[in-house]
Amino acid sequence: MKKSFFILLFGVCLANLANAQKLFTKAGRIDFNATAPSSPETIQAVNRTVRCVLDAANGNMQFAVLIKGFTFERALMQEHFNENYLESDKFPNAEFKGVVSNNATVNYTKDGTYPVTVKGKLTIHGQTNAVETSGKIVVQDGNVNATASFSVLLADYKVAIPGVVADKVNKTVKIEVACNLEPLKS
Amino acid sequence: MQTQLIAFLFLLFFSTGIEAQDDLLSLLGEEKPKKERIKSAFKSPRVINAHAMEFLNPGTMDFRILHRFGTLDQGYKNFFGLDQASMRMSFDFGVLHNLMAGAGRSTFKKEVDAFIKYALIRQSTGLSSSSPLTLAFVSGVTVDGLPWSDPARENYFSSRLAFYHQAILGRKFNESFTLQLMPTMVHKNLVQAASDPNDIFAMGVGGRLKLSKRMALTWDYTHVLVGMPASGYYNPLSIGLDIETGGHVFQLHVTNAIGMNERAFITETTGQWGKGQIRFGFNLSRTFQLKKTKIN
Repeated sequence: MKKSFFILLFGVCLANLANAQKLFTKAGRIDFNATAPSSPETIQAVNRTVRCVLDAANGNMQFAVLIKGFTFERALMQEHFNENYLESDKFPNAEFKGVVSNNATVNYTKDGTYPVTVKGKLTIHGQTNAVETSGKIVVQDGNVNATASFSVLLADYKVAIPGVVADKVNKTVKIEVACNLEPLKS
Repeated sequence: MQTQLIAFLFLLFFSTGIEAQDDLLSLLGEEKPKKERIKSAFKSPRVINAHAMEFLNPGTMDFRILHRFGTLDQGYKNFFGLDQASMRMSFDFGVLHNLMAGAGRSTFKKEVDAFIKYALIRQSTGLSSSSPLTLAFVSGVTVDGLPWSDPARENYFSSRLAFYHQAILGRKFNESFTLQLMPTMVHKNLVQAASDPNDIFAMGVGGRLKLSKRMALTWDYTHVLVGMPASGYYNPLSIGLDIETGGHVFQLHVTNAIGMNERAFITETTGQWGKGQIRFGFNLSRTFQLKKTKIN
C-alpha cells in the first residue's frame, strides 16, 4: 500500500515537471494593417520585440508589446500613431491574457501542426475586450512556433479616426502574431 | 501516515494550479529602461517664424508654403489685408535625428535663405543620464535679390549677404506645454545708414500649448537687445494656431512681421501691434517621406 503511494507520488512529481514547461520569447513579431480600401498609402507597421509566455501545462498564454516599438514605413505616420491614435505616453503597452482552449490536443513534444483556439482579453489603448481567434501551433524539432491572425475594431478600443483620414485608415485592423517560442529555464 | 501522504499529494496537484494562474510575463523579468527621445514638442520644425526645438525625422522632406497678407488696419478696401500677399517657399530636409537643413526663397526683397540646424543634446527620458532639455544650434545665410539701389557705384555680391546664428534651448514640459528660448545674433554685411549697426543681438521665446490632439496654440516673440535700427522698427510677435491633418500642418496666425527669414523678421519688422499693423498669415507644411523605413 505504502509502496504504491510512493510510486504514485513519484508519478505526480514527474508529471508536474513535464507540465511545468513554460515557453517564451522576447522577440515575437506582430504585424498590423489598417489600410482602408481607398487609401493611397499603406498603413501598416511591425513590432519585433513582442514578449510572450505560454504555459504548456494548461495553455495559459500572455503577450505584451510596447506601442512605441511599432515601426512604420513613414516616420510621420509612426509619430501620429503614437501621439494621436494610440497615445503611447499614456498607454505604453498592449497586452493579451488568455488561454489555448484546446490545449489538451497539443503535444508540445511531438512534431506536428496543431490548430488551436485562443480565447482571452486584449488590452489596447487602455481598453480591454474579450477576443477569440483561431491560430496554429507548429512543433518541429523541439521548436514551438505559434501564429494567429485576427481583426479588431478600432472603436472597441476607443481609437478615434478623424474625418480627414477616414478614407485612409480602416475601421478594422488586421493583426498577425508570430512567435518562435523556446523553453523557459527557471 | 496515509492521510499525510494524501495531503501532500493534494498539495502537489494544487501547487501547479496556483503557479499557472500567476502573471506569466513576470517570469521574463523586468525590461531594462531605455533612453527615449522626446518627440512632438512642436507639430512642425518651426514655431511660427522662428526655428523650433523640433527636428524633422531622418529621410523626410518638409515642403513649406508661407503667406503673409497685408495689414489688418487697411480695412475693407483691401479686404483687411487679404488683397496683398507676401510669400516664402522652402524645402527642409531631415538628415539625422538631430541634423536638418533647408533653403527657401521669399518674395520680400526677393531673398534666398538657407540654414543648417544641429542638436547637441535632445531632451529624453528613461535613464538617469537623460537630458531634460534640448540644446540646438542654427546657422543661416540670406541673400538679398533686389536690384542694386545705386547701380552707378561699385557693388559687391557680399553686400547682399546677411548671416544669423541661433541657439535653441527648449523643453517639452508635458504632453501639451513646450517652451523654448532662442538667443540670436544677426550680422548684416551692408546696412542702410552708416549709423545702423551691423550686428544685432536678440532673445527669442517660443511656445506651444496643445488644445486638442490635432490643434495647438503657438507663439513666438523676439526681443532685440542690442542693435535695433534707430526708428520705425519693432520686435516681432506672432500668435497662431497649428492644425494638423495627416500629412499637413496648417499654421494660421497673426503677426506684425512681414519677413519670413531671421534677418527679415528680427531686424525689419515695421508693423506695430498696438496700431493694428498686424497681418493674417499661414504656413502650410507638407511632409514627404523620401526614404521609407523597411518593415518587412
